[in-house]
Amino acid sequence: MEPTLILAIATMGGLGLFFAAGLAIADKKLAVEDNPFVVKINEALPGVNCGACGKAGCYDFAVNVAEGTASVTGCPVGGSDTAKEIAMIMGVEAADSEIKTIPRILCKGGNSEAVNKMVDYYGPLSCSAMEIVSGGEKQCLYGCLGAGDCVDACPFDALVMNENGIPEVVPDLCTSCGICVKSCPRDIIEMHPIDQTVFVFCKNQDDPRTAKEVCNVACIACGICARKSDGGIEIINNVGVINYSLLDDTKIPFEKCKTGAIQKIDLELDLGIKMKKN
Amino acid sequence: MEIILIFLSSAIVNNFVLAYFLGICPFVGVSSKLSSAFSMGMATTFVMVITAIVTWLIYNLILVPYNLEFLQYVSFILVIASLVQFVEMFVKKVSQPLYRALGIFLPLITTNCAILGLALFIVLKEYSFIEGIFYGIGAGVGFTMAISIMAGIREEIELADVPKAFRGAPITMIIAGILALAFMGFAGMISV
Repeated sequence: MEPTLILAIATMGGLGLFFAAGLAIADKKLAVEDNPFVVKINEALPGVNCGACGKAGCYDFAVNVAEGTASVTGCPVGGSDTAKEIAMIMGVEAADSEIKTIPRILCKGGNSEAVNKMVDYYGPLSCSAMEIVSGGEKQCLYGCLGAGDCVDACPFDALVMNENGIPEVVPDLCTSCGICVKSCPRDIIEMHPIDQTVFVFCKNQDDPRTAKEVCNVACIACGICARKSDGGIEIINNVGVINYSLLDDTKIPFEKCKTGAIQKIDLELDLGIKMKKN
Repeated sequence: MEIILIFLSSAIVNNFVLAYFLGICPFVGVSSKLSSAFSMGMATTFVMVITAIVTWLIYNLILVPYNLEFLQYVSFILVIASLVQFVEMFVKKVSQPLYRALGIFLPLITTNCAILGLALFIVLKEYSFIEGIFYGIGAGVGFTMAISIMAGIREEIELADVPKAFRGAPITMIIAGILALAFMGFAGMISV
């Protein structure tokens, strides 16, 4: 036989054997066992990777649940169904999940309330850009910018912009992930339990006179609600701030608020109307 | 001196990605996040350096003495594939999130033309063992640099108001083109 042929076969065979042996050893030494729980939990999760659980993604959450460092009810997006499924996989009882939280947009100053414009804005239509460039068109430097960054950010289409230029929540679609809260450059959106009814719908920290000028529904820090509230409401930086642990809503004289910044909302009316929109 | 020049040449002047257009697929595919891009660069650098060492040894100690140069592609690919398999096992063991972030692009290093290109360039340019190693390190550093710059820019672009028609792949290609243009400024500075 041709010597080159034998050499070629021997060389390639030798090299192949050498590397195959090396990899076989590496495979034994570096073996990673896939935790079967992780795989199953990962399948039960919504798979949106929204990060609402506080972990890096659905897979990371599954790993944490399997290791016992995260609660089986930790996925707010999946809700109680997912929690039950994960609990079944892990062989534990799922505690009744907490009351659902939904985002509340704490500004009522839409286009018909915050009438006085500061500038004509022609830039990119995004709240974060507006916030950087000019603070948007409205004179109020604390209120909703109305370009809908939160609407764009919501992965579940649970926010809609109403005609007045203020976003509204569709509770049925909302999964409490909290992404909208982070998307708002002015921190107007807060997560609240769905049965919470009392809110100060204003974040304006201007002095009362300026606040009144820039928006018809601003909190003008008159303090009437705070005086009657026994500590449930405090005026901090010219705006009413509710301390929900001390709040007794029967004591608050909502009708005396001149601008209507503090409101007790009718849950059925509020959520009912939005549910019809669906 | 020669060694430093070789290193600079392969890292900057003749950057594998931006001057030779080698290894474009991970350059575009894994450059959306800086952290995973950098890890990809590190993995590629590791494979490049080991490839430079092992292929030099195989070529000069086995293939040349027995007149088997015609086996160079097969044996180089064998080396590269084995190394990538090893890196994959290692990454999976060390960091699951990184393993998932790199995804299909990790095994794709196997057929990354930058790495086979490196092995073939070393043969073509008749580098010595030490020169070959530094050429490999330079190529790896150059690749890491290119992919990291790309990822940094793409992270910024995420926040910019890119015209709708340019979003995604088009703007990425444009950035790559401009980067290559910038690196053209180094062309011809070192001829090694």
